[in-house]
Amino acid sequence: MDLRLDDLSVDLGGRRILRALTLDVPAGQVVGLVGPNGSGKSTALRCVYRALTPATGRVLVGEHDLTAMGLRDAARHVAALTQDSGSDLDFTVAELVALGRAPHLRGNQPLGARERELCRRAMERMEVSHLAERGVLELSGGERQRVLVARALVQEPRVLVLDEPTNHLDVRHQLDLLALLREVGVTVLVVLHDLNLAAAACDVVGVLGEGSLVAAGPPEKVLTEHTLREVFGVEATVVAHPLTGDTQLLYRLPSTKGPR
Amino acid sequence: MRHTTAPPDAPPHLPPDPSPAPPTRGRRLATPAGTAATALVLALLLAGSALLAVGLGTAVVPPAETSRYLWAALTGGTISVDEVTRYQVVWQIRTPRVLLAAVVGAGLGAVGVAVQAMVRNALADPYILGVSSGASVGAVLVGALGGLSLLGIHAVSAGAFAGALAATLLVYVIAHGRAGVTPLRLVLTGVALSFGFQAVMSVIVYLAPSNEATSTVLFWTMGGFGAATWGSLPVVAVTVLVGVVLLRGLARPLDVMALGDETAASLGVDAHRLRRWLFVLTAVMTGAMVAVSGAIGFVGLVVPHIVRILVGADHRRVLTVAPLAGAVLMVWVDLASRTVVAPRELPLGVITALIGVPVFLVLMRRRGYLFGGR
Repeated sequence: MDLRLDDLSVDLGGRRILRALTLDVPAGQVVGLVGPNGSGKSTALRCVYRALTPATGRVLVGEHDLTAMGLRDAARHVAALTQDSGSDLDFTVAELVALGRAPHLRGNQPLGARERELCRRAMERMEVSHLAERGVLELSGGERQRVLVARALVQEPRVLVLDEPTNHLDVRHQLDLLALLREVGVTVLVVLHDLNLAAAACDVVGVLGEGSLVAAGPPEKVLTEHTLREVFGVEATVVAHPLTGDTQLLYRLPSTKGPR
Repeated sequence: MRHTTAPPDAPPHLPPDPSPAPPTRGRRLATPAGTAATALVLALLLAGSALLAVGLGTAVVPPAETSRYLWAALTGGTISVDEVTRYQVVWQIRTPRVLLAAVVGAGLGAVGVAVQAMVRNALADPYILGVSSGASVGAVLVGALGGLSLLGIHAVSAGAFAGALAATLLVYVIAHGRAGVTPLRLVLTGVALSFGFQAVMSVIVYLAPSNEATSTVLFWTMGGFGAATWGSLPVVAVTVLVGVVLLRGLARPLDVMALGDETAASLGVDAHRLRRWLFVLTAVMTGAMVAVSGAIGFVGLVVPHIVRILVGADHRRVLTVAPLAGAVLMVWVDLASRTVVAPRELPLGVITALIGVPVFLVLMRRRGYLFGGR
């Protein structure tokens, strides 16, 4: 087990946002967290990349308890694409990618030859090498996400977590990004809004509702019409993709004036 | 970026960007070598400017003679009797003044960079957290109430420093919420309290029996190096030097913090802790500078931007170049302030604005400068 959220509870502003969440992310797999707004998906993720300290519970990477580590040590195990994916300053792409080494370097210690090679390879792999000298503030959404994944790879993490990485991306870039996540070869925990994307891209899906884990397992087991109605409050028909066999959902608009 | 249509089962590789020649941004200086060269040029420029500035004024002393006087002062050499007055002007009056200008310029440049990173705001300058108005209140209070008389001639400076620190502490305490200190709260609190301090100052000036309070307030709000002496130099010089070195040492964490607090956490940087430390560092540095020179506007706002336009966003480069650029700029601004309408002195803020605004606007328009994408 590469990443294990163990009995994780979080209180924010006197409210319990997350209740005793336990979730295992097997090595090399892509695990999706889905749930309606305010169900605690992002909160759970923030505990993993240490922006938040849980009230109870632990986050384990292999044998290590992340919550007992310093931020720098934790950042060597876990890389994150957070929701604030912007930057105040107009770094070049190469500079931004190199910042992925920050948890491994002391102070202003410059990058060594191996680390520069690491950056070069990561940018090549994410196909952003040609953007190296471009300013990050002028990238398109799709380019930016690939640059951020490159930065995360440079961090050499065991686990990569992503908080709604497909936000603001067009459909092609959404699909590209998730296909990429399946290829990067690290353990991935990703929060997604789009259930069809989650079903197609994730080995395991965890469904959160009101701060608790409602179900977890392979998409076809978890994303049922019953769960969708109970947790998300939507009517949908579950079908298998005619080519890939992936679970896919066909939604129905809620009828406001009786049946149409 | 153009997208070619790929068959549905094709590997998810994006085609290489076919758009012709990416918009280069003239970042020739944005390399380690370019930065080193820039720093070297600025250092030489600073030395030359300082020498020139020490010689210029109501009594013009040519650079050769200036050098001889400075050499004599440093090595204990001798000068002829009829040169004593000029020597006094050069060594006792102008040299400390020029050095103070350089020190304060360097400090304002570096603190400006740090404060903009700390509050994540392009409009921030070293005085945004109420330092300058707090210093004025402190100085005026000492002047009006006659406290701190043990410190003699440094009493007003000490009062200004204490006022600056008290003001920033107050800003920090008020801005501190449950979630720590957020950048926006810090800025808003600083701006609001600055207005409050200015009101207090106005009341003191209005009620004060003497004109002295008025001129004290004027000095601290406009800024100037007229009061520079050898005695006032060491404290601020050491504070600024140590502060710049410490800030430069935080360059990579500052880079990381510019990506947002959440991302910073994921890269191992505790933004709240870093912000607290930056707050202390910049408050002490700004307080020390304000105590001897008052609040000199615009340098701390514009120098960081100009430097970023020239050498890019990386704080290692920015914090190497900004102190030097600030120092050079300030030496020239001070020279202009005391020579253009001599024997009167123009307020420094007037000149910093007259020089800085056009330079800044031209650079900004030409290089497509972006800060926070705004």
